[in-house]
Amino acid sequence: MLILECPYCGVKAEESELSAGGEAHLTRFGPGSSDDEFHDYLFVRENPKGVHFERWRHANGCGKWFHAARCTMTLEVFGTYSAQTTEPPQEIKDVITAKRPGWSWRNVSDETNTEGQRT
Amino acid sequence: MSTRLATRGRLIDRSKPIEFTFNGTSLRGFEGDTLASALLANDQMLVGRSFKYHRPRGIVAAGSEEPNALVGLGSNRRYEPNQRATTTEIFEGLTATSQNHWPSLEFDVGEINSKLFSRFLSAGFYYKMFMHPKPFWKHVYEPFIRHSAGLGKAPDKELQDADTYEHFYFYCDVLIVGGGVAGLQAAKTAASSGAKVLLIEEKNYWGGRTPVDGGTIEGDDAQDWVTKTVAELEAMENVILRSRCMGAGVYDHGYILGYERLTDHAPDMAGPRHRLWRIRATQTITATGAIERPLSFAGNDVPGVMLAGSMRDYIANWGVLPGQRVVVATNNDDAYRTALALHHAGADVVRVVDAREEGGGKLAEEVRGLGIRIDNGRAIAKVKDGKRVTKVAICPQNGTGGAREEIAADAVAMSGGWSPVVHLWSHCGGKLTWDAEQAHFKPDPLRAPTGADGKAFVVTAGSSSGPMDLKSVMANAAKAGINATQAVGRTAVDAGEIKTSVISEAPMLPVWLMPANADIELRMKTWLDYQNDVKVSDVQLAAQEGYESVEHTKRYTTLGMATDQGKLSNINGLAILADSLGAEIPQVGTTTFRPPYHPISMGAIGGEARGEIFQPLRKTPMYAWHDDNGADWEPVGHWRRPYAYVQDGETVDQAVNREVKNTRENLGLLDASTLGKLIVKGPDAGKFLDMLYTNMMSTLKIGKCRYGLMCSENGFLSDDGVVARIDEDTWLCHTTTGGADHIHAQMEEWLQTEWWDWKVYVTNATEQLAQVAVVGPNARKVLEKLNATAGGGLDLSAEALGFMEWADGKIGGFDARAYRISFSGELSYEIAVPASQGLAFWEALVEAGQEFGAMPYGTECLHILRAEKGFIMIGDETDGTVIPQDLGLHWALSKKKTDYLGKRAHSRSHMADPDRWKLVGLETLDGAVLPDGAYAVGEGVNANGQQNTIGRVTSTYYSANLERGIAMGLVKHGPDRMGEVIDFPGLDGKIYQAKIVDPVFYDKEGEKQNV
Repeated sequence: MLILECPYCGVKAEESELSAGGEAHLTRFGPGSSDDEFHDYLFVRENPKGVHFERWRHANGCGKWFHAARCTMTLEVFGTYSAQTTEPPQEIKDVITAKRPGWSWRNVSDETNTEGQRT
Repeated sequence: MSTRLATRGRLIDRSKPIEFTFNGTSLRGFEGDTLASALLANDQMLVGRSFKYHRPRGIVAAGSEEPNALVGLGSNRRYEPNQRATTTEIFEGLTATSQNHWPSLEFDVGEINSKLFSRFLSAGFYYKMFMHPKPFWKHVYEPFIRHSAGLGKAPDKELQDADTYEHFYFYCDVLIVGGGVAGLQAAKTAASSGAKVLLIEEKNYWGGRTPVDGGTIEGDDAQDWVTKTVAELEAMENVILRSRCMGAGVYDHGYILGYERLTDHAPDMAGPRHRLWRIRATQTITATGAIERPLSFAGNDVPGVMLAGSMRDYIANWGVLPGQRVVVATNNDDAYRTALALHHAGADVVRVVDAREEGGGKLAEEVRGLGIRIDNGRAIAKVKDGKRVTKVAICPQNGTGGAREEIAADAVAMSGGWSPVVHLWSHCGGKLTWDAEQAHFKPDPLRAPTGADGKAFVVTAGSSSGPMDLKSVMANAAKAGINATQAVGRTAVDAGEIKTSVISEAPMLPVWLMPANADIELRMKTWLDYQNDVKVSDVQLAAQEGYESVEHTKRYTTLGMATDQGKLSNINGLAILADSLGAEIPQVGTTTFRPPYHPISMGAIGGEARGEIFQPLRKTPMYAWHDDNGADWEPVGHWRRPYAYVQDGETVDQAVNREVKNTRENLGLLDASTLGKLIVKGPDAGKFLDMLYTNMMSTLKIGKCRYGLMCSENGFLSDDGVVARIDEDTWLCHTTTGGADHIHAQMEEWLQTEWWDWKVYVTNATEQLAQVAVVGPNARKVLEKLNATAGGGLDLSAEALGFMEWADGKIGGFDARAYRISFSGELSYEIAVPASQGLAFWEALVEAGQEFGAMPYGTECLHILRAEKGFIMIGDETDGTVIPQDLGLHWALSKKKTDYLGKRAHSRSHMADPDRWKLVGLETLDGAVLPDGAYAVGEGVNANGQQNTIGRVTSTYYSANLERGIAMGLVKHGPDRMGEVIDFPGLDGKIYQAKIVDPVFYDKEGEKQNV
C-alpha cells in the first residue's frame, strides 16, 4: 500500500486515503480535433516499466488533485507536485535524473548529455 | 505406537489436564499441548484423507508448515474448517473433526480413487480427462470431482460467526517478525538505540526451535538466554512484544500485516478473537527461521513419516514420542539430533539411512557410539502403504530401488535439509539467490524489497538469512539489528561477537529423489505436495508435456497451490522439474510468494466492518417518520429510501399501485432529499456549467430552472437533473441520488486539473437541505392551506410561479425554496427547506394534506409515474453505452456551444451510426408486464448460432393508472417502426409480443402539469 505526500496539505497519505486518476499531463482534445487526436486523448496511455507520472486525488483528505512521479517497477516515489501544471517541474525531473539517468517518458526526458552536463 | 513420555515436554503443564474430542471421541491432553501433540499423545496417527486420492494422512510437521493435519474446529456459530492441528492450542471442550473422508476417517470409499482412478488424476487431469464427451462434464465428471475432492466444508451460510474481530493500526521504527533467538537478538540490538520496536511471534512461546536443540548463548543455556532476553525487552519502554501474532504479509512502502490470535486458545475469554495489525514500519527485520524439507521416497505420505526436526520438537516440547521403532532417513547431519533425541527418550532407532556415501560428522559419531546402526549411501526405497508405518524397505541411494532390505518400524524421521523461510522477504519483491552448499534459496541482501525512497526496507535475521548453525545465526541477527537501526537513523549498541556453543557438521548432500533413479512404480507413490496430492511423477509428466516455466508447472500440476502454499513442497518440486528439464535449479527459479504467509481468518480481514457498521447508512431528516409509517426500504447507494409505504393488509405491490393512483388523482408526497444539490458559484460558473452540461446553462435567467444532461468525455450520458439559476454568479445543480458525490468529484476534477484558472467554487449541499416533492392535482391546495393556516407569504399561484420557475419565501412558517418542476407530469412543487426543518415540514404537509387525500409515495411509484410520462432514468435507460441521441434528447444538445464534455465524441463514426438502438415505448399485446432486461430477437443468427438481437427492455412496470404493463426499450430503428410488433423471449419460456409505441403513455399533451 503506497504512501504519497499530498503537496497541498503535507499529509503523508496512505493509499486508502487517495484515489488514483491515471496518467498525468494529458492534453485535452475537443471539437475540431482529428479522429486520431481524439482517439489517442481518450484511449491511448503510457504503460511504462519505470518512470511514470500519475494523477492522484487526496480524496479522503483535503480533496485536492495532485501529481506523483514514481517508478512503476520498484514503486519508488520521486516526488509529488501540483496538478496545475502541464509538465513535470524541473526539480522533480532532477530527482529522477539523479536516480534513473537516461530516463524518458513521452516527450519528457533526462536532459543531461553523455558527459553528465545539463544541456 | 505414539505415546506420551513420563518426562520431557517443556511447554506442557502436566498438572492441568484438558479434555477434548476428535471425531466424537473424548481424548486427553495437557495445557500447552497443540492439537497435533495431543493427538499424537493419544496414538492418533491418522488425522485426515488426502485431497484427490483420499489416502490416509498423518501429522508431518510441528508448525505452520503442516500440510496434512487440517481439521474442522468448533461447531455451529464457531465452526471453522481447515484449521491446522499443529497451530491449534487445545482448551477444555475443544471439538475437532477430520476432513475429506466418507463415510468415515477409518473407512473411506474415496480411497478407491487412488487404486482405480489414479491414472486419470495425473498432472493436468482437469484439462485432459474430463473434456470429452462434452455433456459428461456437467453430469458425470463435475459431480464426481465435487463429491470426492476438496478440503473442509464451508460453514453454514445462515449461521453468523459468534466472535468479533478488530483492526489495529500501529507505527514503529523497527518491526521484527519472529521471536526465536535471532528475532530476540535483533530486537535487543535495535532496541538499544532507543528506536520504537515491535516484536511479533506467531507461536505462544518465545525462542523458536533453539531450546529444543540446546546449546549455549553468551554462556547461558539457550532457554535461560531466551527467558532473560524476553524479560529485558519487556522492561524496555520502547519495545512492544506480542506472541500469538504472525507476520502475515509485507506490502508496498513498509506496510505489514500482523495477525494476532487473541482467544483461539481460550474461546470464552472476553474481547475480539483475532486482531489484524496494520503496521507501518520504517524497517522490518524478518527472523522467520527455516523449514525442513521432506525427502522424496515412495510412501513418504504414510502416517508416521514425519520431519526429523518436528519429531524432536514433539519429544522436547510436548513429551510425545511419535514412534517406538524409528527409521531416520537423512542427507545431512541435523537429523542425527533426532536420532539422539529418540534414543534418549527411549525409542529404538532401528536404522539411520544416510544418503551420503561419506556419511555424517561428529553427530553421526555420537549416534554410532550409542550402538545405533547407520547405513551410509542408502535410501528408503519404500514405506509400505497403510494407515500407519509398518515396514520400511531400504536400498542403495544410487539405484532404481532394487536390492531391498525390509525392516519393521512404526515411524520414519526424514530430513532433506533446511530452507530459510523467505516468504515475507519475497512478498514485496525481495530476490533470492541459490546456495549450492545448503541446497536452498536464500535472500539476496543486495536485492532487497525497496520502499518509497528506493532504499531497502526489509532485513533478514538468523536462519531466514541462510546460515543454520547457532553461531552464525546469532551473528547474523545482531548484524541485522544494527543495519535496520542505522537505516532508521539511529545507532545501536554493537555488543561485538556473541559467544555460542559450536558443533561442526559434515556437508549435506542434495537428494531430490530416493533412490536417485527410482522406477516409475516408486515415483508414482512419491509425494511432493501432500495437501494437493502432487507426486514426483506428476511434475515429471508436466515437464515431458512441455511445461518448462515453473509458474505453468505449478498451475498445471497444482504443486504448491494448496493452503500451505507449498511450504514443504516447493524446493523439492523445483528440483524435480529442473532435473526433468536438464536445467539447474536456480535457472528454473521459484514461483511467486504471495501473502498471507499462513491463512488468516476472513473475520480478521473484515475486522469491525460487519452488520450495522459494515458501511455507513445515510438517512434523510424524515427517515424515522418513514420507518414508523410502513416504509419498505430500498438501498440507493448509501441511502435508504422508502420503496413504498405499506399499510395494514396490503402487499408491497398493492401499496405501490395505491400510491400511483393516489398521486395522479389526489396528492402524493415524496421525500426527495437524497437528490444531489450542488451549488456552483463564481464569475466563471456559467462558462463552467456550459462545459459540463450538453445544453446551455449560462443563458438561464435568474429565477428559472432548466433540465440538463451531462455526458462523459467519450459522449455517454452520465447524469441529469434540473438546474436553477440563483443569482448572477450562482447556480444550483440537481443531480441524481447516486450521482451527487461523483458529479461533485467530477466538477472538482475539471476545475482543479484542466480549467484551474477559472474562478468557480463548487459545494455539495445535498445533506444541508431536505426536499419534498408535493405532487398531484391538490398540490397547490395543500401548500396554500399551509400558508393560510400557519403563516407564509410565498405566492404559489400559476401566475406568480410558472412551470420551470423557482422562488424563495416562507411556506407555513418554514424557510422554503419552491421549484415548480415535475418528474411525474402532475402539478408539482419540489420544496427545499433547511435539513433541520425537514421532518417538521413533512409532518405539516401530511397533516394539512389529509383533507386533500395526501399520501406519501416511494421510489417505485416515482419510477412508474415517470415511465408513464416517458421520462428517462439514468441507470435504467442509460448504462454507460447510451448517448443522448439514442434517447431522442437531441433538443438538449446545444448547437450554439462550440464545446462541452462529450460534444467531440458525438461526432465519432459509431456515435452517428443510424443503426444504434433508439428509445421507444413498448406495449405488450396482452397487457402483460415485459420482463426487465429482456432482449428482442430479430431475423437470422449470429456467428455463435444465437438469434440476432434487435433491442432490449430498459424500464418495465405495471401501470395502475393505465391498468396494463408499460415499458420503454432501446430498439434498432425503433422510432421508424411505430406500430410494429416484436418478440421478447422471456426466461420463463414465454415469448412476449410487444408493439412499438410512443414512449409517452399518459397525458401526451402535458396538460396536467400546467395548471
